[in-house]
Amino acid sequence: MASVTITVNGKPMTGEAEGRTLLSTFLREELSLTGTHVGCDTSQCGACVVHVNGEPVKSCTMFAQEANGADVSTIEGQANADGSLNTIQAAFQEHHGLQCGFCTPGMVMSAAALLKENPKPSETEIRDYLEGNICRCTGYHNIVKAIMAASGQDVSAIAAE
Amino acid sequence: MPKDGGIGASTKRREDVRFLTGKGRYTDDINIHGQTYVYFLRSDVAHGRINKIDTADAEAMPGVVKVFTGKDFEGVGGIPCGWQVTDRFGEVMQEPAHPVLAQGKVRHVGDPMAAVVAESPEQARDAAEAIEYDIEELPAVVDMKEALQDGAPKVHDDLTSNLCYDWGFVEENRDAVDEAIKNAAHVTTLELRNNRLVANPMEPRVAVGDYHAGTGDYTLYTTSQNPHMIRLLMGAFVLGIPENKLRVVAPDVGGGFGTKIFHYAEEAFCTFASKQVNRPVKWTSSRSEAFISDAHGRDHVSKIELALDSDNNFVALRTDTYANMGAYLSTFAPSVPTWLHGTLMAGNYKTPLVYVNVKAVFTNTVPVDAYRGAGRPEASYQLERVVDKAARELGVDPVALRRQNFITEFPYATPVAVEYDTGDYNATMDKLLEIADVSGFESRVAESKARGKLRGLGLNCYIEACGIAPSNLVGQLGARAGLYESATVRVNATGSITVMTGSHSHGQGHETAFPQVVADMIGIDATQIEIVHGDTANTPMGMGTYGSRSLAVGGSAMVKATQKIINKAKKIAAHLLEASEGDIELKDGAFSVAGTDKSVAWGDVTLAAYVPHNYPLEEIEPGLEETAFYDPSNFTYPSGAYCCEVEVDPETGKVEVLAFAAADDFGNVINPMIVEGQVHGGIAQGIGQAMLENCAYDSDGQLLSGSYMDYAMPRAADMPMFKVDHSCQTPCTHNPLGVKGCGEAGAIGSPPAVVNAVVDAVQRAGHHDVTHIDMPLTPSRVWSAING
Repeated sequence: MASVTITVNGKPMTGEAEGRTLLSTFLREELSLTGTHVGCDTSQCGACVVHVNGEPVKSCTMFAQEANGADVSTIEGQANADGSLNTIQAAFQEHHGLQCGFCTPGMVMSAAALLKENPKPSETEIRDYLEGNICRCTGYHNIVKAIMAASGQDVSAIAAE
Repeated sequence: MPKDGGIGASTKRREDVRFLTGKGRYTDDINIHGQTYVYFLRSDVAHGRINKIDTADAEAMPGVVKVFTGKDFEGVGGIPCGWQVTDRFGEVMQEPAHPVLAQGKVRHVGDPMAAVVAESPEQARDAAEAIEYDIEELPAVVDMKEALQDGAPKVHDDLTSNLCYDWGFVEENRDAVDEAIKNAAHVTTLELRNNRLVANPMEPRVAVGDYHAGTGDYTLYTTSQNPHMIRLLMGAFVLGIPENKLRVVAPDVGGGFGTKIFHYAEEAFCTFASKQVNRPVKWTSSRSEAFISDAHGRDHVSKIELALDSDNNFVALRTDTYANMGAYLSTFAPSVPTWLHGTLMAGNYKTPLVYVNVKAVFTNTVPVDAYRGAGRPEASYQLERVVDKAARELGVDPVALRRQNFITEFPYATPVAVEYDTGDYNATMDKLLEIADVSGFESRVAESKARGKLRGLGLNCYIEACGIAPSNLVGQLGARAGLYESATVRVNATGSITVMTGSHSHGQGHETAFPQVVADMIGIDATQIEIVHGDTANTPMGMGTYGSRSLAVGGSAMVKATQKIINKAKKIAAHLLEASEGDIELKDGAFSVAGTDKSVAWGDVTLAAYVPHNYPLEEIEPGLEETAFYDPSNFTYPSGAYCCEVEVDPETGKVEVLAFAAADDFGNVINPMIVEGQVHGGIAQGIGQAMLENCAYDSDGQLLSGSYMDYAMPRAADMPMFKVDHSCQTPCTHNPLGVKGCGEAGAIGSPPAVVNAVVDAVQRAGHHDVTHIDMPLTPSRVWSAING
């Protein structure tokens, strides 16, 4: 066991971690930040995506001890200061980009990383970027639409509304 | 325009806010003080005799609280099956025992044979590795037809064979169908496999058992689509705990798709063990574990024959299906290939004679049960593939052949025992042809050809039976449960409303859509209405969510309860307004006396019910809370037509789905946005089945597709944007909302459209010998089909 301190959503937090403890486990079990979800054990599903020092990371692929001293953003820190949904979150709600909500934290964190890197992604660019995020509910249609809308693009012509 | 927040409005989902901010409360988010963790040691062979399990070393490992084996469950009930099928000879199915932990033998890879309860998940897993066991590996049966051969290894030694049942439906038609096929002008035959799938809700299963020694009460938190049913099955049949001492909670659940309907051994284990160790016991499935312990779906092998007369009218249909049950009977497994499949084999057509034979087979694989659509996708796939093949053989337009044989008069009694109440199959077909721009297809073929690609278009139609179902009917068919639904509408003193429903939402948006109905009936804002679900302690006993039944059955119960509320509230209003009850009208949240300007607000009436100072106490009780149970008189029958457009690369066999359109008839629609989302998701699962997903075993019963590295889940880049339409609406005639259910349609209607499209593409390129390719349509299969 070792003490690990990370800054989560702007707040320093400390907990204990074994060498084998994953960052996802550390966030959920040690820091009680259960918004980050674990949907697989082969780093495929992306439900656990967080940002570490500004970069999107599947938190099941990183040991907690590796993250010692890092700046971590999770789904719990994404809303606006007044508690209202941020642009991406609001677009997911507006365009029904989630159903059961389990993959959603990872989707929102990946979408945020995508828009930081590519502020006006095309449909194809969004679909390709989400290669590491699996959703079983939505068929992705409304997720893609939500991300396009969050980037300020007109989605009114996209089918099925 | 629908009233905002009322019926017909695309109200944004209120539950989204918690899910989008990381504040959902899923079962794995629940931790109870003093909790222990269980790790299951699972069989790594498909079939074997347990000679020895020695737990001594494991018990001495750090943090270990207790190690359990099958011996600890002697005298405890097994996992029950909820449906008993009677075979075509009048005998009941063979029903093997299903112990919580394996006793004597292991029967599939993943069969749990020991369980370690420890202070931490890591300690439990470490200790499981110290369990010494000697499993004598036995020959396994994986292939269904091999399993039925004489001398095949038996999955269950105490059964006469691996045949669960040999079911015929409608048995009296058997000879007539054979005769009609023999004498028909044309018979189209097709053999196909409906590939085995793994449901894969993104949230793996979790169970937390919590026994309270002070009261003797048990609580189970579990990832379930139907907590009341788990309480009944586990309490009554496995552990012998009466309902008053057992609470089952299914909080936010991260998708179900059928596989979270069933009662599983891990739920019973955690509940049982929490008393044994006198501490809460938690199990969180890993994804790898889910692949070998969640019930799988589909896995039918069928031969279908469609007989036509010289005018191309369908005259008879016969299907012979082998259905894989896996190693044990999961909760609803026997019903899927029989009553959920055979009764749909008439499809949208007037075929007068239908016979369905199903042989259900035990194999050394994970149990197979309902997965989104459950039996109906298997029926629709056979029918719509064979109709497409028939059109090709006869050289007629597949749309015209379908239209010629469509049922057009309703109600319509099929030869397979169901009565369709409403539908308009030509209307959905017309709408589909329009939204899919089928008339422009030929020019798109030319455009693809110019790029060296083969373009194909596949069409199909479907019908399903949803809103499962009338209890007396399913009881006759072998269901060991009722299939009604319940709701309690509790009007609070100041007028807000809490609705407790027996339905369960795990992505369907009940918390938003259900209030829309109540808001519409009373005329108050939907935000004043809250939905409570998923906890047996505070909801009336209901049967949960599956079979596209929540709104059609659960919503109808809620309507009935709300109507009782309105009736009572009118009595109170009449008293307050000093008018006759018959003159009271409710509109926009106010009661008024007809023809006068006298009125009283909703909130004043509700307050009077709880502060009954001026109240007709001699006539009615105080309070405003009503419960209703609704048992439908029939299934509902959603229908529709789907179109898929694909492009095949002849060099590699790679298929790309370029466009997908769906025209559905769901009857009335409460929240169009949610309905469209349900269709999107269903289509994606259907395209996933047709293009990507396959649960594969080798001949020794080892699972080859045991993780997301091997099991191809559909990703964003595999899907096109969908065009969906639900404007063709023939409301259901027998439920108060006129709704039919929309949850499974996409998964039922889409696989045949995809396969029809790929066959069309290769046929257009001159490969006329390619009449069928089995799902999933991997590049290798498609390339091999093209290249002989």
